[in-house]
Amino acid sequence: MKFKLLIKLLAVFVMVMAIIPYSSNGQRAAAFSDQVIQQGAVGDDVIELQSRLQYLGFYNGKIDGVFGWGTYWALRNFQYEFGLKVDGLAGEETKNKLVKASKYNKSHVKEQIRKGNKFTHYGGTDLNKQTAPKPKAPAQGQAGNQPAPQQGAAPDKVTAANTPNGFSQNDIQLMANAVYGEARGEPYIGQVAVAAVILNRVESATFPNTVSGVIFEPLAFTAVADGQIWLTPNETARKAVLDAINGWDPTGEAMYYFNPDTATSAWIWGRPQIKKIGKHIFCK
Amino acid sequence: MLRGILIAVLTIGIAGTAIWGYQEHREKNAILQNAENNYQRAFHDLTFQVDLLNDKIGTVLAMNSRSSLSPGLAEVWKITSQAHNDVGQLPLTLVPFNKTEEFLANIGNFSYKAAVRDLDKEPLTDEEYNTLKKLYKESAKIQNDLREVQHMVLDNHLTWMDVELALASGDKAADNTIINGFKTVEKTVESYSETEFGPGMVGIQKSDENFQYLKGREITESKAEEIARKWASPGKGAEVKVTGNGEGSDFGFFSVAIEDNRNNTQSSMDITKKGGYPIWYIVSRDVDQQKISLNDASNKAIAFLKQNQFENLDLFESAQYDNMGVFTFVGTQNETRIYPDAIRVKVALDNGDIIGFSAEDYLKSHHVREVPQPKITAEEAKKKVNTNVNIMEERTAVILNDLNEEVLCHEFTGVLDEDTYRIYINADSGLEEKVEKLNNAEPIYEDAV
Repeated sequence: MKFKLLIKLLAVFVMVMAIIPYSSNGQRAAAFSDQVIQQGAVGDDVIELQSRLQYLGFYNGKIDGVFGWGTYWALRNFQYEFGLKVDGLAGEETKNKLVKASKYNKSHVKEQIRKGNKFTHYGGTDLNKQTAPKPKAPAQGQAGNQPAPQQGAAPDKVTAANTPNGFSQNDIQLMANAVYGEARGEPYIGQVAVAAVILNRVESATFPNTVSGVIFEPLAFTAVADGQIWLTPNETARKAVLDAINGWDPTGEAMYYFNPDTATSAWIWGRPQIKKIGKHIFCK
Repeated sequence: MLRGILIAVLTIGIAGTAIWGYQEHREKNAILQNAENNYQRAFHDLTFQVDLLNDKIGTVLAMNSRSSLSPGLAEVWKITSQAHNDVGQLPLTLVPFNKTEEFLANIGNFSYKAAVRDLDKEPLTDEEYNTLKKLYKESAKIQNDLREVQHMVLDNHLTWMDVELALASGDKAADNTIINGFKTVEKTVESYSETEFGPGMVGIQKSDENFQYLKGREITESKAEEIARKWASPGKGAEVKVTGNGEGSDFGFFSVAIEDNRNNTQSSMDITKKGGYPIWYIVSRDVDQQKISLNDASNKAIAFLKQNQFENLDLFESAQYDNMGVFTFVGTQNETRIYPDAIRVKVALDNGDIIGFSAEDYLKSHHVREVPQPKITAEEAKKKVNTNVNIMEERTAVILNDLNEEVLCHEFTGVLDEDTYRIYINADSGLEEKVEKLNNAEPIYEDAV
């Protein structure tokens, strides 16, 4: 609660700062929170970091709120140019220098993000000239749709997300669908396990080499065969998939699993069994 | 009068139902036919690819000039991958067809390895030539078996939908002609599976090291529980369950599940029987609000690893997913990064607790290695890197190459336009072992409402 209040206060403060011409007596790391920002971080501080680095011309990427490689190199270049320790971490000293050297028009940036506009935040040019409205989405079914409710729904949050190397958000979504369809009644660890089996199959030479190939292999998963894969997965399934992709394999490298109560194939019983998680038996 | 109307209504009703039923029936058949055709295409395509494979291996055998051998082998590789793709589209998951798929993968790997190497400097050895000959014979046999199945399918109008039904209904699977045909193919391959692929062919998958480097004595079930309790530190009244591994596992482990109802937290953990090492650990609970930074979290992860005697590790990657920080650590030995020794730690960003840990890779591969001196210097290696890449960082590293062998490399991290790359140059041969494009954050695609 306190945290939110603080953010609100900061927002007001920054807006005031943006209106009043910048003077030397306002030299404090006013907007950044006091965290050390490191690669992989996500959030408002990263948006500010990217905006400020762009203001100085170090960062040419999109201001999306995810501290990726582009931001990393920009920060290091900044640290190098300004005689700071080059470590790619935005600590106290770096942030102070950055605030001193650059301007950050928070309300403007936030507004652009909220509207989904394409924009940049370079210094020395009128910010309003650096934005382009979002291309209109193709017309929806109902005519005369009102923009009002959409305004309220679109938050001014980060516009990108970290994804594990080699997987897109959509791959994760597809896997979450499969996991939810197959194992939504299972404990969390059982859901991670199902996701891990999908990945083990992708790795294996005897199965298709892609996530979609494995999931849609005929008769491989009952949830695919009976259409349950198209249920909307919940957050738990998605988290389980992320864990599996990030390297958690609770199955001991299993290739198959089955529910002993419903399995009809005699063959599956013949596979060497590794362990049981929830209702599923996992085997080689 | 009333009767007349009733009769009329009923007649229309019956006629309507009949028409509707017929339409449904037609639609269902159309869909079934569609699915059937997909299977048929995949199957006939598979036999075609195997035909092609056999021919191609035959031609490669007859080739002499190095300049035609490389493309020939590359083609073999391509064909195996297509055949593999076709198999993936057939409803064979529950039919033992693994050996055949493995066989295809092996040919693929073998031909890839031979195709990409410089055959002028390293021509095919006699042994490899003999392997190729054997593969030729085997593929001929598979081709023959598959053709027989194909003939039966065409002659008797066998449908794959029947296979699917037979498989779905379980034990009746035994008396389906197609399935039997594939079983014959599988037997053929099995009898040949002893083929010598020559040295350096470590097998198709990362060989299962089975924790061969672990030291220590077998632990008991109660010791496993003690370890897990120390990790999860559950409150009183938490339910703890310990189970041993199943018989099919290659290594011994205990699984511990702790259910703490008071704070709605489930912790699970696998521990090796030998030595009692934690393989992985996951806590399932809600993490609602971020209170600490990713940087604080990474410090927590580092402290945690130290506390659990995992030493000589470098923080390699960090990333925030929702309100969790995931950190990847890799081993170091004399300033050389050992990538196969990887550990992952997940930290909740609300209170900094460790809510995930995975050391399977590390435990399987970590041992004191003889890291040789690089034969070529970093400066020499740098010359092998694409000149357009602006190199920002360099170090030495041990990585697993395409053939799953550990090789010492010079690692360069560099930027080309907007993208960051990691480039590994073999420190022995100067070969460019691997070039990785590092992920950029992916935009969140909002629904275009």
